[in-house]
This record gives sequence, C-alpha cells and structure tokens, in this order.
Amino acid sequence: MALKTEEMILNMGPQHPSTHGVLRLELQLEGELIVNIIPHIGYLHRCFEKHAEAMTYPQVIPYTDRMDYLASMYNEFGYALAVEKLAGIEVPERVEYIRVIMGELQRIASHLVAIGTYGADIGAFTPFLFCFRDREKILSLFEMTCGARLLYNYIWIGGVSHDLHPDFLRLTKEFIDYFRPKIKELNDLLSYNKIFIERTANVGILPLDVAINYGITGPMLRASGMKWDLRKDDPYSVYDKFDYDIPVGDGRMGTVGDSWDRYFVRVLEMEESLKIIEQAIANIPEGDVTSAIPKRVKPPVGQVYSRVENPRGELGYFIMSNGTPNPLRIKVRGPSFVNLAVINELCKNLLVADVITILGSIDIVLGEVDR
Amino acid sequence: MKSTEEIFNLLKDKFGDAVIELKVDQPVESYIVINPLEIDKVCKFLFDNEELKFDNLMNLSGVDDDNEKKEKDENGNEKIIGRTLSVYYHLESTSLRHKLTLKVSTLIENPEVCSVYEIWKCADWHEREAYDLIGIKFLNHPDLRRILMPYDWEAGYPLRKDYKNPEFYQGMKVPY
Amino acid sequence: MIYDFFTNLFNNQIIGIIISAALPLLLFILPFVLVAVLMERKVSAHMQDRLGPMRVGYHGILQTVADLLKLLQKEDIVADVNDKPLFNLAPVIVFAGSYAAFAAIPFTGAYIGSNVDLGIIYIIAATGLVVAGILMSGWASNNKYTLLGAMRSAAQIISYEIPTILVVLSLIMITGTMNLETLSQMQTGYFWNWMILGGPGTGLDKFLFIPFTVIGFLVIYISTLAEVNRTPFDIPEAESELVSGYHTEYSGMKFSIFFLAEYANMFAVSAIVATLFFGGYQSPFGYLGNTLGAHWLIPIEQFFWFTVKGVFFVFVQMWLRWTLPRLRVDQLMAVCWKYLIPIAFVNLIIIGLITVL
Repeated sequence: MALKTEEMILNMGPQHPSTHGVLRLELQLEGELIVNIIPHIGYLHRCFEKHAEAMTYPQVIPYTDRMDYLASMYNEFGYALAVEKLAGIEVPERVEYIRVIMGELQRIASHLVAIGTYGADIGAFTPFLFCFRDREKILSLFEMTCGARLLYNYIWIGGVSHDLHPDFLRLTKEFIDYFRPKIKELNDLLSYNKIFIERTANVGILPLDVAINYGITGPMLRASGMKWDLRKDDPYSVYDKFDYDIPVGDGRMGTVGDSWDRYFVRVLEMEESLKIIEQAIANIPEGDVTSAIPKRVKPPVGQVYSRVENPRGELGYFIMSNGTPNPLRIKVRGPSFVNLAVINELCKNLLVADVITILGSIDIVLGEVDR
Repeated sequence: MKSTEEIFNLLKDKFGDAVIELKVDQPVESYIVINPLEIDKVCKFLFDNEELKFDNLMNLSGVDDDNEKKEKDENGNEKIIGRTLSVYYHLESTSLRHKLTLKVSTLIENPEVCSVYEIWKCADWHEREAYDLIGIKFLNHPDLRRILMPYDWEAGYPLRKDYKNPEFYQGMKVPY
Repeated sequence: MIYDFFTNLFNNQIIGIIISAALPLLLFILPFVLVAVLMERKVSAHMQDRLGPMRVGYHGILQTVADLLKLLQKEDIVADVNDKPLFNLAPVIVFAGSYAAFAAIPFTGAYIGSNVDLGIIYIIAATGLVVAGILMSGWASNNKYTLLGAMRSAAQIISYEIPTILVVLSLIMITGTMNLETLSQMQTGYFWNWMILGGPGTGLDKFLFIPFTVIGFLVIYISTLAEVNRTPFDIPEAESELVSGYHTEYSGMKFSIFFLAEYANMFAVSAIVATLFFGGYQSPFGYLGNTLGAHWLIPIEQFFWFTVKGVFFVFVQMWLRWTLPRLRVDQLMAVCWKYLIPIAFVNLIIIGLITVL
C-alpha cells in the first residue's frame, strides 16, 4: 500500500532576495523535487504601451529607458532605429558610431550586473562587489556624456542629444586597458571555481530545438549551441563594419546549454564588446550629431518591426502609425518576457536550490517582463 | 530566401479562401491578411514546408485598429460599425533567413482567433498578453488567463481605445 | 588556582565550582564576540575592495557596541501562530550548547573550566545540543522556509559529526588520553612536539604519523566548518534562498543570542582544532617567563598564544566564507558521506596500525 503524499506549494514570493525583482514563482514541490513552476508576473506593469499612445514619438524615449533599466541605452537605440526606419530619417555616421560605443559599454555594464548577482545567488559574495566596482567606472563615463547614471534619455530620434565630451575617448581607452585583466581575475575567482562549476554545470539544460520553439534569443540561445546574433545575422546601424566574434556555448564543463554555458557566454561577450569599442574609437568620424533631429516626427501611415540585440536577447519594437504625431500602437517584444516562459521546462525534477541557479542564468529584468 | 509576394502566391494556391489579401504598397512592411479561424492551418504549413521553414515566431501583437466608421442606419440614428481588432504575427526562419508578417482581423463584437500554441510554444505568453490587454480570445489555448493585470480585473481590456479606468478596485480607489 | 580562590571566598564548594567554571568564560566570550563581529565586517570589506564600518569610533571599532545597543532596543516580535514555549526556548538552547563546550577547553596552564577526563567527547556531545535548538526554532516559527532551513541544518550537523569523531579517535589512539588538559601538556616544548607534526615522542613513529595527522587536521577543519554552518556549508542560513533560514522570524535580543551563539561556536571549534593539533596554549618557541625567570608570566603568555591561535583559525574561516560559493544540499551530503568519512576511516585504521606496531 503506497503512502499518500501531498505536494507542497512553496511560494517564492514577490519579495525575495534572489528573484531579481518582483516576480512570484509558485513551486509545486514533492519533497525537495520540483513538479511544476508557475510564474506570476505583472507586479511591475507600468502600462508603457498605453502611455506611448498618448504622447508624441520623441516624448516616448524616457519611457523606453525605464523598461529594461539595466540596459537603457539599448532600449533607446532600438526605439530610435524603429522610428527612423518608419519615418525614413537618415542619421549622420558619427551618430551611428556614438550609438554603437554607448551600446557596447552598456552591454558590458549589464553583463557585469548579471554575473555579479549570479555569483551572489550562488553564495560567492566577493565577485559581486568586484563587478560593481568595475561597473562604476562605466557609469561615470555615461555620467560624463549625458548627465545620468542609469536612465539616460540620450539617444534621440535622428541623432543623440549631446556630442561626446572632449575627454570621453581617452577615458574610454583607459577603461578598456583597465578592464581586460579584470575579466581574467573574474575567471580565476568565479568561473573556474570547482564549487561554482558543481553548482551550475549540468543544471537546467536547454536543448536547441526547444529553445528555438520557445523563441529564446540572446546569450541563452547562444549557450545552447546556435551561433545567432542579430548584430551579424540581421545587421543594423554600423555593426557590419567591425570585426568581432560570437561566443557560443560548447559544454566544456558539462553539457551544451547548461547554466555554466549561459554564464560563460556572457563573460566572453564582454571581451568581444571591448574589441568593438576599440575599433569604434579608432575609426569614429567627425560630424554634427544633432543635425538630423527633426522638429516634428510625423511618420506616414504604416508599420515597422525592427529589432536589436539587447544584452538579454532580441528586443523588438513593433510600431504602427496612423499619420498623426502620436503612435497608434507600440508593442515591445521584451527578451526577458519571452525567455522567462521556458522556466517550467527547465526546472523539471530539480531541487529548489537549482531554481535560483537557473533563474539567475536566464538573467531577467522585471521591468522588461512587465513593461 | 523568398519575398512576401512569392509566399503569398504559394499560400493562395494551397489555401484559397483562407488567405484574404496582400498589402505591399505601404511603409515599411508588407503583410498578408489571413482568415482568423484558419490561421493555425496556415501557420502549420509555413512551419513544416521545406522551402519556407518558419521556425521562429518573433512577435505576436494584438492591436486595436481604431477604424470605426459611423453610419446612419434605417431610423436615422448613428451607429458605429466596423471596429476591428487585429493580431500581427512576425515570423522568421533561422535557417533560410527570410521574414514574413501576417495579419488577422476580427470584429470587436466577437473576437476569436485560433491559437498557434501547438506550433510555436513562444505564442503562449504573447497570446495571453493579447487577451489580457486587448481582449482577443484565442481558441485552443491551454491556459488563457490574464498575465499582466491582476487576475480578477473586471473593468475590461486596458489597451482598447475606449477603455476607462474603474473607480474602485477591491475597495481601493483607482485614480489617485 | 582560580577554583581554590572562589571556594575560599564563598566557603562552599558548589558555588565555587559554578563561578569558577562559568564566570571567566563569560568574561572572555562576550568581548571576543564583539571583536569577532567587527573583524568579520572589516575582513570581508577589505577583501572586497571596500572599507567597511568607518564612522563609529576610530575606523569603526565601536560598531558592534552600537549594533548591540540597537538590538537591545528592538521590539521582540512573537507571532500568534508560533509555538511560544519552543520559540522562546530555542535561542537559549542554541547558546547553551555552544557555550557548554568551553568548559572543557584549557585556556592556560593554570585555568580550565572543568577538568573532566572525558574532555573532547564531552565537547562533541555538548555541541550536539545545538541541533535540538535549531530544530525547535525552525519548527516554532511556523514558516515553510525556516522549516526547510532547520531540517537541512540538522541533517548537516549530524552528518558532519562523524568525520570529527573519527579524527578525534585517531588522535586519542596516538596520545592515549581524552582529557584536553593532558593533551595540551603533552605538547609542551617547541612546536616540534605539536600533534600536527606527529606529537611528542621520538623515533620513527613520529615521522610516520605526520602525513596522517595533516590529513586528519584538514578533515576535522572542514567538518567543524560544517558544524558551525559557515560557508561553503551555510545553506541553513543561505541568504539568497531561504532569507536567513532558521532565524528569520527572530528579532531583537533573541536574534542577537543566535548571533552570539554562532560566533561563540566558531571560536569553540577553532580552539578545539588548535588544542588538538597545534599545541593548545603552548608557545612554539619556549616561554619568555622561563628565560627571564618570572614564572608568574607563563600563564599570561600561554593565554596569549591560545588566543592568537584561536583567532587565526577564526580568520581562516572568515576568509573561506568570503571566497567560496555555497554547496548545494545534496552535494554537501555527498562530500560528507562519500569523501570525508572514508578518508577519516582509512586515516584511523592506518594510525591505529602505526600505533600498535
């Protein structure tokens, strides 16, 4: 006669140190093994899309910052590209280079947060502080350019709001020289640490066909083995002029597509971003950055879907216009929103501690999930 | 790589009436309009066919078209007809590198669209969001409930153009 | 010596025993905990490239005093659904368990709280009381998270007592005594006589012991790290998963008792490891008192050496905490049962063979 056991429902509630925001995960447990995870989102829903319909196109930009608040430059970049495509605005080349430099610096900053908080979740508190120390230097570069550290309102439709500070290029070059050895230090401390590898390798394996079916993009998809990066496969802005590589997960510590791969792809991507920034600084042309900013943005009736490679994945903007200065509909396809849906598949028959590991490796930002 | 016209011709041959029209002459995207109740068969064909192989659903958005027309009916009263809700699908093939946009439109009185969850699991949350914010019901969806608004939000669908905030929600005053 | 003093003062043996066993320890442990909390914060800060507490006192020295004053003033929250007797009793038992271990540790040549012949076995038994306290606190908090944390902690502590005892047994075989006072006295002389280097005695035995005592030291250091719930074994209080584990629901003075108990426990196990393997209160180089002819200086020197060794091992525990990530619960159990216990067992057998032959 078998004993009747009940499943326990454990709530990793909206307030939890490790869910990176207000996310509620309802875990159905049997002992310590997970049977089902049901994510409940919507705690940070700020009605971005409804607001955008009431404002003009340039007024939407500060709102796009606040969606993925850890990678604000990229949100603005994606939006500006979409509207320029719809309205047919051409931007000067200097603007493109500045946008690429800001975007790649932002990618490094965002990955530093992802790596640091991932280590802190696993229990290694020291790399967290090292990552934040390095991120401070990037944030002071941003502050020099546009006055803000986290939410910038810098990339406008048709250009950028201010030209670069005269010292910016020199200080960025110093930052690159400072940061390269720090990646090696991070690898020694965290990536190749035996306990860290035990915790993350072979945990949460995501097969490639499941990943494509669920619409996963970004470092998660690359960690599962597919060399797919929008900067190379669907190039936008001036990314086709640079020479860089796309790191792919290869399962060297476990299987392809486990949490260690997802983590390590991010570390390698930081290295590649440094290469892009170096080349951009070396080749940046002169020009006037505000010359193409239109007085009124009034695109023709039509629609566009344009996408960029956010640090978290494919950020898509679907903008429909009806000829007025206000958009008819802006839909944002946030990569964290789509990536989070796969967590139920990944966590079958794992322990509660592994949920934290997997959630950290997916790298969500609740602002983007809920908009 | 196929262009939208070629795909349109291919679909028209196979599905006939389900494929309604092709719109090409507008900025920036051209799209194909499909019957809302046949969309899952069309998508299955697009997913399976060797020349097309659309294995990635990039985006699925619900839109309130805001295209109502006022008409005078028999008694001389004004009537609002023709308001539609639409769903746009953006598909992509990772192996063959082409993209496609599909559109389905339904009248607002009874917005029902077939779900494509069986084909791309990505559609799960996107369709729940379209249901939550615009109010489009997806048939055959495994778990259609609200995702961003609270589960017991009675006051309608927020992204519709005629939506008004309720005064009270569970005893709390909403506009503060 | 201190025992005689108190007995003469009160003319009553029992009160003399109680006070001589309890009071000096209390006077040592409480200031030590103050220093240990500050040390943890400053050590962790400097390892993480930041400064730590700087404002209270010179470079933050008085920070712990400020913390204690704050904790004393906090409201003591006891929820309705908590099991009140268990809830209130749990911190007391945890503290009593860690504190009772100090009674059998020799601080200097002249003072030991209570000279039991059982010595080390008594210490291991007394620290087992902590398990009961943790389980009580986890259950009485009426919270699924704390229950998980308490059960994990109980499993962890019970499992890791086994390698500890196996290593202690091997040491008893070398020295033939369980009394820590005798053990410390056996390691007199220069550091050459310390247990980790084979113990006193001459001849081939001593050199044969050396690799095995070193292995025994590593095994016991890791197991005692698990007994005090420090990283990498700190899942019972894993901040990122269980929000502070079994002492989530405690506030105010009860929480500070848990805190005190943790640091006292840390020092207790460091002191035990130092006494067993590193000569206890013996100095490595001979005594200044001996060379100067001032024999009253010797107990003070011994106390100094004892404290230095204890604090050094506490420092190493803190160092490990801020460097290594945390092990998952099944990996932790695997480390104990699949790796440490076989190693300790083989160690025991080999040392036994060497002693007999």
